[in-house]
Amino acid sequence: MKAGALDQLAWLAMLALTFAAAPATAATIQVTIDRLVYSPASLQAKVGDTIEWVNKDVVAHTATVKGGWDVMIPPKSKGQVTLKTAGAVDYFCRFHPNMKGHLDVAP
Amino acid sequence: MFTRYTVALAALLLVGAAPVSQAADKPTDPQIAHIAYTAGVLDIEAAKQAIKTSKNKEVVDFAKDMERDHEAVNKQALDLVKKLKVKPEDNATSQALTKAAKEERAKLAKLKGAAFDKAYIENEVAYHKQVDGALETLLIPSASNAELKSLLETGLKIFQGHEQHAEHVAGMLK
Ligand SMILES: [Cu+2]
Repeated sequence: MKAGALDQLAWLAMLALTFAAAPATAATIQVTIDRLVYSPASLQAKVGDTIEWVNKDVVAHTATVKGGWDVMIPPKSKGQVTLKTAGAVDYFCRFHPNMKGHLDVAP
Repeated sequence: MFTRYTVALAALLLVGAAPVSQAADKPTDPQIAHIAYTAGVLDIEAAKQAIKTSKNKEVVDFAKDMERDHEAVNKQALDLVKKLKVKPEDNATSQALTKAAKEERAKLAKLKGAAFDKAYIENEVAYHKQVDGALETLLIPSASNAELKSLLETGLKIFQGHEQHAEHVAGMLK
């Protein structure tokens, strides 16, 4: 039947769109570092998202999770991490442990 | 009324920062710039001694962090005083800091290995504590130029970070 074939085609198209769209929903979320403050200090993200820190300071910082990832963020530069695991994490700067940030990572 | 409040506050704050601020009344901006810059230079010199002497990776890494950060902050300070046309002015506080640092370097020069590492890191904790106290209670409140004040405030956050970092390294040496 003609209508059935069209239906099938529509389904296929939708499926294709869904798969194509999946990676595109991964976002890049920016966190600014200005005068030793991560802002926003706390944010929500999903597995697959990339966090990008933009360092406006003249000194280097890191975004470090104890027993986890460690991102170097040079002065007047950027650093990135792509989130691989779900859960809540606290991160800090190894050079200035008074700098603290938090991520809530949804699956 | 306002003056009396200020004097009372200054007297109160001076107690907290005794070692550095004893030597000075309310410092001027050229003096403040000199003190802040000197404090950075002295920590860079201490770092260089540690990089040369220590065999402990944590200690050497820490010293390199100090050297890098204080050089960056001091460069920013120099750029600012140039822009503001302020000529840093030597003063009793800068001299007291320099004298104390020279004595500390001589003391550290006699030490090696774990004894050096421990003494260097402990002094870094104490030194940053002392400079943080001076920034917080004397230098920042005394600064009249807004840009200088803002630079000192950022400097304070960096130095407080160093103090915590030094405490962390001290904990690892135990
Ligand atoms: Cu930092």
